[in-house]
Amino acid sequence: MKYFHLVWAGLWRKKARTILTMLSIIVAFLLFGLLQGINQGFNDVVDNLDVNRLYISPKSAMDGLPISYQPRIKAISGVEHVSHWTYFGGFYREAKNAIPAFATDVPELFAIFKEIKIKPEYLDQMQRVRTGALVSDVLARQYGWKVGDRIPVGTSIWTDKQGSNTWFFDIVGTFDVSAYGMGFPSFYINYEYYDEAKAFGQGVVHFYLASIDDPLQGPRIAKEIDAQFENSMGETRTDTESGFAKRSLEQVGDINFIVNAIVGAVLFTLLFLTANTMMQSVRERIPELAVLKTLGFSDQKVLGLVLVESFILCTFAALIGLAIAALIFPSLKAILGDLPMPMTVVAMGAGLAIIVAIISGLPPAVRAQRLNIVDALAGR
Amino acid sequence: MKMLRQIGSVTSMNLRSLPQRLGTSLVIVIGIGGVVAVLVSVLAMSTGMLRTMENAGREDRAIVMRTGSQAEATSALPLDAARLIADAAGIRRDTDGRPIVSAESMRLLSMQRKEDGTEVNVTIRGVGPKLRVVRPELTIVKGRMFEPALSEIIVGEAASKEFKGLEIGQTIRARGANWKVVGIYTTGDAHESELMTDVEALNAADRRGGYQSVTVRLESPRAFKQFKDSLTANPTLSVDVWRERDYYAEQSKRMGQIITIVAYVVGGIMAIGAVFSALNTMYSAVSARVREIATLRALGFGATAMVASVLVEAVILALIGGVAGAGLAWVFFNGHTVSTTTGISHVVFDLAVSPELVTVGIVWSCVIGLLGGLFPAIRAARLPVATALRAV
Repeated sequence: MKYFHLVWAGLWRKKARTILTMLSIIVAFLLFGLLQGINQGFNDVVDNLDVNRLYISPKSAMDGLPISYQPRIKAISGVEHVSHWTYFGGFYREAKNAIPAFATDVPELFAIFKEIKIKPEYLDQMQRVRTGALVSDVLARQYGWKVGDRIPVGTSIWTDKQGSNTWFFDIVGTFDVSAYGMGFPSFYINYEYYDEAKAFGQGVVHFYLASIDDPLQGPRIAKEIDAQFENSMGETRTDTESGFAKRSLEQVGDINFIVNAIVGAVLFTLLFLTANTMMQSVRERIPELAVLKTLGFSDQKVLGLVLVESFILCTFAALIGLAIAALIFPSLKAILGDLPMPMTVVAMGAGLAIIVAIISGLPPAVRAQRLNIVDALAGR
Repeated sequence: MKMLRQIGSVTSMNLRSLPQRLGTSLVIVIGIGGVVAVLVSVLAMSTGMLRTMENAGREDRAIVMRTGSQAEATSALPLDAARLIADAAGIRRDTDGRPIVSAESMRLLSMQRKEDGTEVNVTIRGVGPKLRVVRPELTIVKGRMFEPALSEIIVGEAASKEFKGLEIGQTIRARGANWKVVGIYTTGDAHESELMTDVEALNAADRRGGYQSVTVRLESPRAFKQFKDSLTANPTLSVDVWRERDYYAEQSKRMGQIITIVAYVVGGIMAIGAVFSALNTMYSAVSARVREIATLRALGFGATAMVASVLVEAVILALIGGVAGAGLAWVFFNGHTVSTTTGISHVVFDLAVSPELVTVGIVWSCVIGLLGGLFPAIRAARLPVATALRAV
C-alpha cells in the first residue's frame, strides 16, 4: 500500500492516454454487461420458473389434444390442478391490434399460476358470465377497457354458429402478471362457451398445464402422463415449465454462441489496446524506472509496480462499465421483464478484467523487471 | 496548388514512417476491424433472411387468406370460398383452360436440427394439383414428385440439410399419417425450409374440411388489382388479398427489424469504443512526430498540411481495418447456413454479405477513422513551434 502513490502517479503520467484507454475499457465492459446480462437473464428466468408446473403438448404437431384428457391427467397421482390453453388469437377492431386470447378452464388456470394476482370476486364473476373475459391490467390499459365493457373481438380462425367472425366478450375482471417473469397470455375466455359457440373443431384444446404437489416427482409424473396416451391419436409430450421455455428459446437460435462471438471480438480488441498502452507507458518511463532501481527498488518490486498499474487501469474502468450496464439494464424490461442485472455477470466481468490486466501488463512488466540500470540511464 | 503540394509531401513522408509505429497503428486496424466484422456479420443475418423471404414472392402471384389473418397459420378458408376464389377475374389459365391456383393447408411438425438436436417447428404444406405451374421455380433435384393420396411428401433441400430424418426413403411418423419422403426440391426461397404434400392427403390426415390459403398465378403483375377487386366485391367472401411479395416481406419484417436494431446498437457501442482507441493511437502518433512537425512548421509548411497528414493516416488505417473486418465477415459467414423462427415455423437461410453491407462497413470505418483523427490533427496543427523545438 505504501507504493500506491507511486503507482497512481505512473498511471496519470499521460492523462489523455489513460483517460482514452479507460473510456475504451468502459465501453467494452458496458457491452459485455449488457449482452452477457441479457443472455444470463434469459437463462435465469428459465431456471427460476416454477418447478411445480408441467406443460403437456402434442407430441408430433401443434394441432391439439382432446378435451377428454383433462380428467385423465388429473387422476394421475401427484397431479393437483389441470387446465388447458386453446389459442383463440383475435384482434380488436383492426387486424393489426392482435390480442393474445386463449380459451381456458379459468379456476384451474389461476390455481396453477398462483403468483398471478387476481381478485377472488373476478374469478367468481368469470364463472357466472359465460361470455366473460379476464384481461391483464396492461392490456386493459392499452385499449382503455374497463370492467363491465362489452368488446368485439375479430378472429380469422373461428367462426361462430351464426357464421360470424366477430365475437363479443364482457370484461369481468383484470389480473396482474408482473410477478411472472416471462410473457404470459393476457386475454382469457371461458373454454365451455367458446367450444359450444364455434362452428367447427369441437372438443380440442391446444395444450394442457398441470401443477404437481412435489417437484421431485416431476419426471415420474411427466413419464406417466406420456405413457397414458402413448399410441393414441393424440400422443403427448410433457415438460417442466423451464424445459418448455428452454425449447421455445432455442427456436430463435443459438443466442449463447452469438453473444460469445461478439464478446470475444470485443475483448480481443481490448487486450490489444491495453497491452499497447501499457507498453508505451513503460517505454516512455524507462529512465524513471532505472532511477527507481538505482534507488534500491528490487526487480520484483518494479515488476509489481507495473502490474498493479495495469490492474488498476483495467479493473477500475471495467467496474465503471459494468455499473453503467447495470444502470441501463432495467430499461430492457421489454425483453426480459422486471429483472436486475444478474450478479454472476458482474463477477464474470471482474474476472475478465483481471485476466486482461495480467495479459496486457505482463510483457511490459517483465521488460521493466529486466531493465539494466546502466543501459537504461544511458538511454541505450 | 502550393498547399496541395505541401499536403502531398508531408502526408507521404508521414505514411512512409508508419512501419516504425506498427504496434500503435495496429490498434486502430484491429479495433475498427472488430467493429466492422461484428456489424457486417449481424447485418448479414437480416439481409439473408429478408432475401430468402422476399424471393418467395413473385410479382405475378397473389395469396388469399381469411380477413384479419396476419399469417397463413391463423387463416381458415372453407371449401366453397376456395372455389369462389378460383373463379375470380385476372387469374392465368393453364393450357387446359383451368385457372392456375393452389389451395393450401399447413401444419407444423416438430423436427430436430441435425446440428444440436434442438426441436423446432417445421411447416408441412398441403398443395394443390397445379403446384408445378403455380410455382414454376420448384424443381425436383432428387427422387420424384409425390403421388397424390399416397401419404408421400417432397422435402425442401434446405430443410433436408438442416433437419434430421428427411432423406429420401425415410418416413415421418405423425398424427393421422406416416409420411414417406420421395423427393427433394429446390425453390431458392423460404419454401425450401418446408415439406410439401398433396393438400387432400394432409387434410384427410388432419380430418380437416377446409383450406388456409389460396395462391394464384395472375395473368400479369398488373392483373392484381382486377383480381383483388373481383374478390372484395363478392359479399359472400371475407378475404384479404396480398401480392405474394408483400405478404412474405411482411412476415419477415419483425425478425429482420429486431436483428437490424441489435446490429446497430451493438455495432454502435463498439464503434464508440473504437473511436476512443483511434483517438489514443493518433494522439500518440502525433506526439511521436512532435519534432518532425515542429521542424516542418519552422520551415514554412502550413497548418493545413499537418491536419491533412494526420487525418489521411487515420483514415488509411481505418480503411485497412474496415476492409479486413468486412473481409473476415465475408470469408467466415457469407453463405453460412443458419435457421431461426419467424414466430411460427422455422426458416433456413444463408447469411448474405452483400456489396451494400460491405459498403456500410467501410463507411463506418471511415467515419470512425475521421472522428479518431480529428482532434489529434488539430493538436498537431496548433503545436507551438518554439516550445516543441525546444523539447528536442
